[in-house]
Amino acid sequence: MPDITNIITYIFLFASLNFEVFLLIIYFENRLDIKDEGRRMMLGVKKYPSVTIIVPCWNEETTVSKTIHSLLSLDYPKNKLKILIVDDGSTDKTWNNIQKFKNNPQIEMYSKENGGKYTALNFGLEKLSTDLVGCLDSDSYVDKDALKYIVTYFQDKEIMAVAPSVKLWKPSGPLQMMQKVEYSFGIFTRKMFHYLQAVYITPGPFSIFRKKVFEQLGGYKHAHNTEDIEIALRMQKNGYKIAHAHNAMVYTVAPRKVRKLLKQRVRWSYGFIKNAQDYKELFFKKEYGNLGLFILPMASISIISVLSITTISIFNIMRALFNMYERVRAVGFSFHLPQWSMDWFYINTELIAIIGIVATLGTLSMILISKKMSEKKLDIGMDLIYFLLLYMFIAPVWIGKSVYNALTGTKSSWR
Amino acid sequence: MEPKKLSSKKYLYSFIITVIIFATAIFISNYFGQKKLEEIRNIQDKISIDILSSETQFSLLEESSCKDIGTGTLSAELGNLENKLTYTESERGANDPEVRTLKQYYSLLEIKDYLLMNKISEKCKKTPLSIIYFYSDNENCPDCEKEGYVLTSLRETYPDLRVYSFDYNIDVSAVKTLISINKVKNELPAIIIKDVPYYGFKSVEDLEKALPELQTLKNASSTTATSTRK
Repeated sequence: MPDITNIITYIFLFASLNFEVFLLIIYFENRLDIKDEGRRMMLGVKKYPSVTIIVPCWNEETTVSKTIHSLLSLDYPKNKLKILIVDDGSTDKTWNNIQKFKNNPQIEMYSKENGGKYTALNFGLEKLSTDLVGCLDSDSYVDKDALKYIVTYFQDKEIMAVAPSVKLWKPSGPLQMMQKVEYSFGIFTRKMFHYLQAVYITPGPFSIFRKKVFEQLGGYKHAHNTEDIEIALRMQKNGYKIAHAHNAMVYTVAPRKVRKLLKQRVRWSYGFIKNAQDYKELFFKKEYGNLGLFILPMASISIISVLSITTISIFNIMRALFNMYERVRAVGFSFHLPQWSMDWFYINTELIAIIGIVATLGTLSMILISKKMSEKKLDIGMDLIYFLLLYMFIAPVWIGKSVYNALTGTKSSWR
Repeated sequence: MEPKKLSSKKYLYSFIITVIIFATAIFISNYFGQKKLEEIRNIQDKISIDILSSETQFSLLEESSCKDIGTGTLSAELGNLENKLTYTESERGANDPEVRTLKQYYSLLEIKDYLLMNKISEKCKKTPLSIIYFYSDNENCPDCEKEGYVLTSLRETYPDLRVYSFDYNIDVSAVKTLISINKVKNELPAIIIKDVPYYGFKSVEDLEKALPELQTLKNASSTTATSTRK
């Protein structure tokens, strides 16, 4: 007889399985178009639009040069690409380090008092003279073809912003390997959201906007330290189209330590929750299309489902441990092997087990498709194993913490 | 602002596919559930044939000597059935009607096995090595789970020891009779060893003390499986 925890689990399993099936349908419907992106880029664009890339930096002395070098090596007409470095009141050698680019005609640099990332971006936006504008965090690097891929999308007059694919810079070690899979999974979901016109994040590194967006909607906001979610939601609210260029690769340096990762993710999840609250009028409204009716509600449900399934699992594990403790207390340690271990009878054939297996297979197939999309090859490596082993234990921690912060009004900090 | 396109058809398709997946999973789960119940019924039939055959054998040999009837005449399947029944109960829940019927049948088989064992012991002038255990699934027996662990451990150490466990509240008149013959009070867990009832949690050492004959069994090899219920 299914008890209440089972019923909750079934409901969430149904919802997430339904979501998986939905995304897979979108994928199979558009898989040829996904392949076609490369060909469109090769054809080139008639007229390259002028682009400014703002590089906001705050105490990034070790990475900022590399970021700028990666921008300078972009395969894009030099007279069309401007780099605008905004030093947001760094207290280390960042300003000194960027002086070596002083004489480069493509580069402008400014220093201002510290005010947070969004103020540095707005500072750059005020100096804007190009058709397109983007930003690149000073701990991220771009692939040389990234901008070419992105501008092909702007040939469509309705596209107002294009988000790139974010990947990890030289991942190593279990924690970064886990994130590598997560990032490729993100590329897959974002591309599907692209087809649904429901992209709700324009990631900090190298999302490119039409200048018009900021002229008409205003600059960046503090937005609970996740200005990249806020601007995307603001655009969606105003009916602006956002595309995702999956072959435009941007590399970012991932946290290597659990504590740093948690801090970053709490900021992201907390930012999503708070921004979703600020834009709650988008939810369940037909005029906001798939985003309002399905994607945003689903993203919110997934937070609740992760938390409740984790709570139920922790409860079950505690119960099993307690039983084990009671057993040891009653009879001490005993090492009798169960005689029935090989009997098919003891294979769990409960509904919940079967559905769980199907849902896991669905997730695995999406991860493999993501890997194929982002790495152009299908392989099962250690990264997948680390992801399967670690993610389900780590992710609930930051989701739980950010929900707690959102409920109690504790603000999450940048770093 | 032009309203955005909705992928209504795809919502419908994905919903239908998900329902189909769920329905298939329910079907598969039920199919194997039924298969498992069938297997339990088969084991029960086998035990019932074993007991009947032993009883018949016993009647035939009534006049003959003890050595023709060893403990091997008792059914070896009781432990297997016990394990599978416990597993099924944890999968389907104690209130499942199928589980309840299977438990009733199991209790009857246990009593028959117990009677047969007593007869054999009497014939061979041996002390019957058995433990009768009454438990309850209700919450009023917090020690039953612990006692179950003790008895499981005991039967693993002494495979020749036969442990008969009964749900005190089961709706089987033979079990009720067994309770009244032995005057077992509703203070669970209750254990009967050599017609003496013991109440409350008893550790492995307590039970070994109450049944010193176990020591002689310690190293005896046996093919007979016995069983314990929580």
